[in-house]
Amino acid sequence: MVIKFNIENLNIWFGSIHALKQVSVGVQANEILSIIGPSNSGKTTFLRMLNRLNDLSQNFKMNGSVKLEQEDIRNIDTELLRKKVGMVFALPLPLPLSIFDNVAYGVRMHDRKNKKILGEIVEASLKEAYLWEEVKDRLNESAFKLSGGQQQRLCIARTLAIEPEVILFDEPCSGLDPISTAKVEDAMVKLKQKYTIVLVTNNVKQAARVGDRTAFFLNGELIELDKTDKMFTAPLDKRTDGYIRGKFG
Amino acid sequence: MKNPYRTQNIAFFFLFLATLLIMVPVGLIVAIIIQKGLPAINWQFLIDMPRQGMRAGGIFPAIIGTIYLVTGAIIFALPIGLLTAIYLSEYSKDNLLTRLIKLAIVNLAGVPSVVYGLFGLALFVVFFKFGTSILSGSLTLGIMIIPVIITTSREALESVPQSFREVSLSLGASKWQTIRHIVLPNAIPGILTGTILGLGRAAGETAPILFTVAAFYLPQLPSSIFDQAMALPYHLYVISTQVPNVDEKIRYGTAFVLLALVLFMNLVAIIIRYKFRKKKKW
Repeated sequence: MVIKFNIENLNIWFGSIHALKQVSVGVQANEILSIIGPSNSGKTTFLRMLNRLNDLSQNFKMNGSVKLEQEDIRNIDTELLRKKVGMVFALPLPLPLSIFDNVAYGVRMHDRKNKKILGEIVEASLKEAYLWEEVKDRLNESAFKLSGGQQQRLCIARTLAIEPEVILFDEPCSGLDPISTAKVEDAMVKLKQKYTIVLVTNNVKQAARVGDRTAFFLNGELIELDKTDKMFTAPLDKRTDGYIRGKFG
Repeated sequence: MKNPYRTQNIAFFFLFLATLLIMVPVGLIVAIIIQKGLPAINWQFLIDMPRQGMRAGGIFPAIIGTIYLVTGAIIFALPIGLLTAIYLSEYSKDNLLTRLIKLAIVNLAGVPSVVYGLFGLALFVVFFKFGTSILSGSLTLGIMIIPVIITTSREALESVPQSFREVSLSLGASKWQTIRHIVLPNAIPGILTGTILGLGRAAGETAPILFTVAAFYLPQLPSSIFDQAMALPYHLYVISTQVPNVDEKIRYGTAFVLLALVLFMNLVAIIIRYKFRKKKKW
């Protein structure tokens, strides 16, 4: 089993707030690791650590180690790290560009490609995100004209276009209706053949549906991490059980 | 018993009165200048040299001088102001030093314009030996409007949602690429508005050009940036107070041209902002 990300004894502070406490997780290649927990439990902080988006916050401090394929991510060039580790945000956040330019944006930032290759990349990415059929005739329209669910799949396509190894999903369905949610979940399950996926979700059932393994965070601590089947049938910790059954959070 | 509607009506009355007090002078100024100035406006007035000790003829050199000065000021102030704004809003960390710098810039916008005039005289005219020239005047006006441009540009840059920056960075774009491709294009309307407001201010000020460029009367147009020039606000001052027996029509005509020039620039700013707002997609 290949370990993609290895996180050991990770502590994160924002000013005086201790957001993550002694978290150790190994993320395996080609799995979907779901992270569940109530709000303020450090899920998103953990996710944003993996592509170093936390670095943008003032007063951010960390210790411990985060390794991507044995290399500490602080030693990897940030732009290169973010190319390898793509991210889909909670709300659909298209850039104020056309549909085509949204998908092509990341690719263009990394190197100059000729029009034909760029077009092929955009088409392939949109197909992989199950959006191509809906937008192929209007690639030059503003991305804001798409529906919320389409926008979120556009964001997935945009991330796929830079050919990452890992994709981080930060509550990708929180703003979507059940049908769009199902489409995004389908896409995720198919994507794990090629990519490693870390999924933060507020929806416990979503974790049960798509996750290979599930981690439960509470107040910045990792309470339990196990195969999803086991976690949802026989959790070891009482708090995990309570959260999954909806007793708190 | 207290009647809440009565106190409300009294409050409304005073609020309305205050608004009216502001509107009446503005309306009167515009009305009087149009009424007295408009009859003076014709082609000859706009494109002719002043004659008979500025008691007749046109105001062409003053119009040209003002256009030169404003253009020079913007060539100098826009790049410096914009780059400073980008640095302050995108790169600088929020610490005591940058907070002091931001405070200083805001205060600079409140410095009386005559102080800028004296500063320009000391630095550009005397120290750099540019003399009283279009160059000195433009630089002085430029320094005066830099704070306006920095402040409005910073606001425009900061109004671009943080989420756009995060998305761009998360796709592996560098900080500069993010600024260049995402932040700047979406901040342009605000930056333009600030620039044109600065232009309007530069066109209308008398004090900064008084010691640095303005000429009482010149028989010919300036031929280089080291020449003196006439300018509308100063010309208006001269024909109103320094030259006896100038026809009222000419004075109000000059004021009308100056007002029209400034209002026109503000109008351009409003139109540009409106067009971009319609295109804004979030």
